[in-house]
Amino acid sequence: MAKFDPTLAEIRFGNGLSPTIAPVPSVGDMLARLTGPDLNAQSFPIESFDRFRDRMKLKQAIARERRKLRGKPEGKELQKQIKLMQKDARIDWARWTGRAMMRRAWGQDGFRERLVGFWADHFTAQGKRGLLRRATAPYVEDSIRPHITGTFADLVVAATTAPLMLHYLDQQLSIGPNSDKAARMGAKAGLNENLAREVLELHTLGVGAQYSQDDVRQLAELFTGMIYTPQQGFKFQKDRAEPGAETVLGVSYGGGKPNIADIRAALVDLANHPATARHIAGKLAVHFVSDTPDPALVDALTARFLDSGGDLMQVYAALLDHPAAWQPDLQNVKPPFDFIASAYRALQPRADFFDTEDEKTMKQVMASQLTRMGQPWERPTGPDGWPEEDEAWITPQGLAARMHWAMVIPERMVALPDPRDFVDAALAGHAPEPLRFAARAAESRREGVGLVLASPAFQRR
Amino acid sequence: MTEFLNRRAFLARSAALGCSLAASPLVTPVSFAAAPWENRLVVIILRGAADGMDILRPYGDRDFAGLRPGAGRGIDATGAQDLDGLFALHPALAPLMPLYTRGQLGFVHAVSTPYRDKRSHFDGQDLLEAGTVDLASGAGRDGWLNRMLQHVPGIEAETAYAIGHDEMLLMKGTAQVADWSPDVGLRLSPQAVRLAEMVMHDDPLFRDAFAEAMLLSGGDAQGGLAARPMRMQDMVGDMTGNMGGNAMMGGMEPMAAMAAPEGGHTAAEINKAKRNQPHHKVAAFAGKKLRGDTRIAAFSLNGWDTHQGQDRSMGQALGRLSDTILTLRDSMGGPAWQKTTIVAMTEFGRTARWNGSGGTDHGTAGAMLLAGGALNGGRVLGDWPGLSESDLYARRDLMPTRDVRAHAAWLMRGLFGLDRAVLERAVFPGLEMGRDPGLLL
Repeated sequence: MAKFDPTLAEIRFGNGLSPTIAPVPSVGDMLARLTGPDLNAQSFPIESFDRFRDRMKLKQAIARERRKLRGKPEGKELQKQIKLMQKDARIDWARWTGRAMMRRAWGQDGFRERLVGFWADHFTAQGKRGLLRRATAPYVEDSIRPHITGTFADLVVAATTAPLMLHYLDQQLSIGPNSDKAARMGAKAGLNENLAREVLELHTLGVGAQYSQDDVRQLAELFTGMIYTPQQGFKFQKDRAEPGAETVLGVSYGGGKPNIADIRAALVDLANHPATARHIAGKLAVHFVSDTPDPALVDALTARFLDSGGDLMQVYAALLDHPAAWQPDLQNVKPPFDFIASAYRALQPRADFFDTEDEKTMKQVMASQLTRMGQPWERPTGPDGWPEEDEAWITPQGLAARMHWAMVIPERMVALPDPRDFVDAALAGHAPEPLRFAARAAESRREGVGLVLASPAFQRR
Repeated sequence: MTEFLNRRAFLARSAALGCSLAASPLVTPVSFAAAPWENRLVVIILRGAADGMDILRPYGDRDFAGLRPGAGRGIDATGAQDLDGLFALHPALAPLMPLYTRGQLGFVHAVSTPYRDKRSHFDGQDLLEAGTVDLASGAGRDGWLNRMLQHVPGIEAETAYAIGHDEMLLMKGTAQVADWSPDVGLRLSPQAVRLAEMVMHDDPLFRDAFAEAMLLSGGDAQGGLAARPMRMQDMVGDMTGNMGGNAMMGGMEPMAAMAAPEGGHTAAEINKAKRNQPHHKVAAFAGKKLRGDTRIAAFSLNGWDTHQGQDRSMGQALGRLSDTILTLRDSMGGPAWQKTTIVAMTEFGRTARWNGSGGTDHGTAGAMLLAGGALNGGRVLGDWPGLSESDLYARRDLMPTRDVRAHAAWLMRGLFGLDRAVLERAVFPGLEMGRDPGLLL
């Protein structure tokens, strides 16, 4: 029966092998590192959303001033300042993306980065305009990363109340039709169901579960009042809240004074629902193990989720303890971001690469490459995040872009290793013989290293 | 695979690979007879909300000059071309005038999707590409062009192409569609190609994708890709060019700034610079494919969100659109062009009035551009709603007088013979196609 293997642990549950960092020795260590200090984040800091709000506050103040001075030279100057702020945020966005890669390339705690990536995708949120377009990494830093070892309910509450989520799924626009604010605004005010729908469909129960349009509507009414402001971040504004109780999946919430606690109670119940347990168990198994996971694995994760009240550490332990998690054949194709991160881990570019390069270079080696591979970073087309299916990534164009990356970019970042050594460093016992042959037979280091990186053995995990 | 491979074994293996490659279903050349139809359709999504009232200026409307001081003044002064006494063509589209006079260019004005009021680019584009009435109920996960493909027989690997780096929801769905971007050059030395084939061989997903990638990129006239040893200078230069292309979020923005050295160009240099622009490459690639077995192609042109300095930005965006159409025509060749219809559509129009910064904000109705040898053009279709305050939508936008999907549906009915029921239920659920606008010859 398949069991834990340090190399496989790094490839499947981490970010691949490193020539200098020893693989994690046991499941116990994998779990212990998760609950220990977040060394990866300390080494490669990313701005918190609270700090990011300072940018929004400043921009809002300048924009207000500018409106008064429209048409005057001072107004032009302020316009320029706003442009510069946007440029700053754009450059920092590229640095954060680079640091997120470096956490994976240089960190000891690979499983943590993978879990953060998994949950950030599960709770996909993105800015639709202005500075917020750069706010995804700060959102993940504040609302996802600190909560991945708690209960799933903690995570649901943190993500649902995150300003970026409220913005992305239009909660900001939702006003209870019978609220005080609606009475003042008249016909312009109304409910927006977007967040409520996605919480049920994507974040908790899953689209196949038993819930109705009525549940969506009721949850949307319950959600009214949640907004954010640049000044305060998350805020519960009573005058937007729909009065009266709401019934979601047969349970009644609220009815007294509008209250964030009622919303939280509904989210906790949804998070602990059996349909949610199965939905999350299935997603974890698909993401970490295989597009078609062993049903026994999904059952085991579901059971542990329910037994432990959604204690995520328990669920991770059930995943890592299950034999199906350790089948030796490499399975899932790495999405582009994960592919590049694991290539970095094998190639070891300078840890401060993205702190010292200019915007254009960062774009050339990172954002544009991800876009070519089909993963424009932090811009999935919908709240359902990136696809898991191997076929979604390994299209002719997607594979060509990966090969292009493998042949062109490493040389710009590092002194290329000898391909014969590199195949061992990158894949150890997982390198098939034809790949070893290709590494020896290539015409140049560049093509040899490129072939290793482009190979199915390296692209899968 | 044996324990070690010597060179002879490797060569023998390569020969075997040649056979298995040819057997791959994705590499089977599409025979001409396999394509069930002769007509071609190119859909261009103009992302960012193109201003229909600037593309096609209603200078004959008595309220136009009041809404847009300057734009309506003497047609000669702005270089805009009169079309029919009511509308004048934006000066940047002047290179397309010969097509218009020959009936190979036409427009539909005051059209929109069913999307109203929110005016979000993302939602607007999703709805335009989904082809549905609204975005509720999980719509927006497949596109109308793909749903159309599901109703015609004989789809092959190269029948339909989504081209470029932008996600094309329009083409997403269960029907097989090839995705390709001509700038993803797979330039490998012959040795690397053979080694890559060997490395991919035992993994069918990778093997087939690689084979098709070689086929797609190998057909590129600029390449000689598989046969030409790769040079770093080329790769980096190529890459830099593409970066410029992505500089303004997405597909194919101008890169004139990057390509233009100070002190100006010779004519030859300008042409060369033009040829290297992403939109040009995309159009040339699409044209070449459509000359062959491809029947459907879709891609995006960006840069239409003209909140400020519209004079300049609109001129640039329309210049790219004009280049794109002419490049498609030139690379397609006569017979294929005669059977082709190009349709360019956008998520919504823009405000009827100038805003405070020489631009326009998000609006409602816009214009649809049609081109191609199969078109019965040379005219501006649509019911013009007028521009007086009470004629405007929400007192600010051009009023939509017809669903833009109706024209797309009539095109597909004319080009591919689809039943009205299929178009109104499966392709554009909830659409009432209405009267036939007679778009095709």
